[in-house]
Amino acid sequence: MSRSFIAKNPSVLVFLAGLALFTLLVTVFSEGFGVGGLSTSFVKTLGKTLCLCLVAIAMDLIWGYCGILSLGHFAFFGLGGYMVGMWLMYARTEIIVEGALAQGAIPPTSQEVIDGIGTQIFGVVGSSEFPSIWAFSDSLILQLMMVVLVPGLLALIFGWLAFRSRVTGVYLSILTQAMTLALALYLFQNDSGLRGNNGLSGLQNLPGVSASQDVVSIWFLWASAFALGAGYVLAAFVVSGKFGSVIRGIRDNEARVRFLGYPVESFKLMLFTLTAMIAAIAGALYYPQAGIINPAEIAPIASIYLAVWVAIGGRGRLYGAVLGAAFVSLVSTWFTGGQAPDINLGFYTIQWVDWWQVILGLSFVFVTLYAPKGIGGLFDLIKTGEKS
Amino acid sequence: MSMNTLLEVSGVSVSFDGFKAINNLSFQIAPAELRAVIGPNGAGKTTFMDIVTGKTKPDEGRVLWGEKSISLLSMNEAAIARAGVGRKFQKPTVFEDQTVSENLMMALSADRGWWSVLWFRPKAENRDRVAELAEEVGLLDQLPRLAGELSHGQKQWLEIGMLLAQEPRLLLVDEPAAGMTPEEREHTTDLLVEVAKTRAVVVVEHDMEFVRRLNCKVTVLHEGSVLAEGGLDHVTADPQVIDVYLGR
Repeated sequence: MSRSFIAKNPSVLVFLAGLALFTLLVTVFSEGFGVGGLSTSFVKTLGKTLCLCLVAIAMDLIWGYCGILSLGHFAFFGLGGYMVGMWLMYARTEIIVEGALAQGAIPPTSQEVIDGIGTQIFGVVGSSEFPSIWAFSDSLILQLMMVVLVPGLLALIFGWLAFRSRVTGVYLSILTQAMTLALALYLFQNDSGLRGNNGLSGLQNLPGVSASQDVVSIWFLWASAFALGAGYVLAAFVVSGKFGSVIRGIRDNEARVRFLGYPVESFKLMLFTLTAMIAAIAGALYYPQAGIINPAEIAPIASIYLAVWVAIGGRGRLYGAVLGAAFVSLVSTWFTGGQAPDINLGFYTIQWVDWWQVILGLSFVFVTLYAPKGIGGLFDLIKTGEKS
Repeated sequence: MSMNTLLEVSGVSVSFDGFKAINNLSFQIAPAELRAVIGPNGAGKTTFMDIVTGKTKPDEGRVLWGEKSISLLSMNEAAIARAGVGRKFQKPTVFEDQTVSENLMMALSADRGWWSVLWFRPKAENRDRVAELAEEVGLLDQLPRLAGELSHGQKQWLEIGMLLAQEPRLLLVDEPAAGMTPEEREHTTDLLVEVAKTRAVVVVEHDMEFVRRLNCKVTVLHEGSVLAEGGLDHVTADPQVIDVYLGR
């Protein structure tokens, strides 16, 4: 399978080579492993951007290839972050609490340690009891499995209900928005068991690791680059053969695919669940680099931005999604991070923090109307240029 | 149901908002038979196809299929298609974004479950079959082209090719000759007559000249039920048929 599939998709090799080169360059110029030049916070931004590219690939699979405009994939991204965050917070607090209690004359009992951890983590929401959803938080392996299982199960149940009832188009988009909004509102509650609007914090500190953030940031960059590469190859495999034909068929004429005998609903459900899992893995790598996750991260607007990235990058082609996510999120960081100089017109000062949103909105409208192929469409121009 | 019946529709009625689109319709076809269905607009031809293919559920009546007389009414569209009912739409519906060869490969009879589709990679025999089908419908030299670039007639044939690729036992063909040139029509007629030697083919058609060339039994629909059935000369001589359809 692999030979013919890579041969049919030369862009996969080009992409992997580019990604490897990028990772190598960042490593060489990093504070932790190289000669310096790139600040650790910028390395983290780049690592996070790779995670956003991965979730954009998931979005492109479900929307660009299968035509399902999900506006809820950031819910899965966020859930992935929460799942890994639970272990990070538990394990790190455990070390701190054990250290503190060891000062005492009598060695602490395990119940005392657990109570201590509970007070540390949940004191902020006025509790010290571990909610039952934290049952596996002391095990890295189980919590990593939950990174894919919890969002996967949510997507499976949601998708089964929606696709079975043949909810399509804009109605499905609204339903996915409702899903992510409901999840965010639930997590905002203090008794949700995930610390309400405080979210999970201190995630950048790996328990039991004494290496500095300069080094840890590069580890996460590598892990993110690896995940992005693997996700790209997986996505390219999924869309390369007959499966790709069928899902593109579903996008263009769902009824026709059904009359060919394909169980359309199970294809959609499988792809919806798979992309939710990819999004969750991206989130699980993103939030340890961001350091904090809270329910605001999965507000409906986040999933809409995801669709905007893919649209600007060019949907229906994997590198388009990657380019769109990287370009828009980096530019967005630049504008909203205060680096862009304000422009004083005398009577009015253009502050990019506010005006960036307007530019983004306008460029989305422009791309939709005049350049539906997005940034990725530029490659077609080069190709046709070569031919003639 | 007799041994010589592939599809038996009996006493089927369906109404939309009080309008009876199909009214106590009965219809039978043998495993290898060509049948033309004619009737004025609104006679229920498309609704009839929708019922057989599972798109519309009738209010009453039976639709039985095959030697074992399975009811098609409890099955969804995809399951009915897998059971062996193929449908060609009036407007050519091919996947314009994909090549002729991809279109045919997708239609090719094979396991339709997502898991086996995911791991499916065309073998030499699959490619040969695609080429064979393309030759049958006159598209052999168009295989690598995007379906969207084909002419209207070529798209119609591609869709017929896709229908054949499914290896159905019953083909429901809605106005295959619409928008075709005289030569293309002739080719289409030959193809349908040939296919009907081994399968059941139902052709819905407006064009009487085309129906005459098919040279087969004709069912005339009117207001959702069968008005007359028999040879073309027989039904065209029927005063009722002349009154509601041909006379105008």
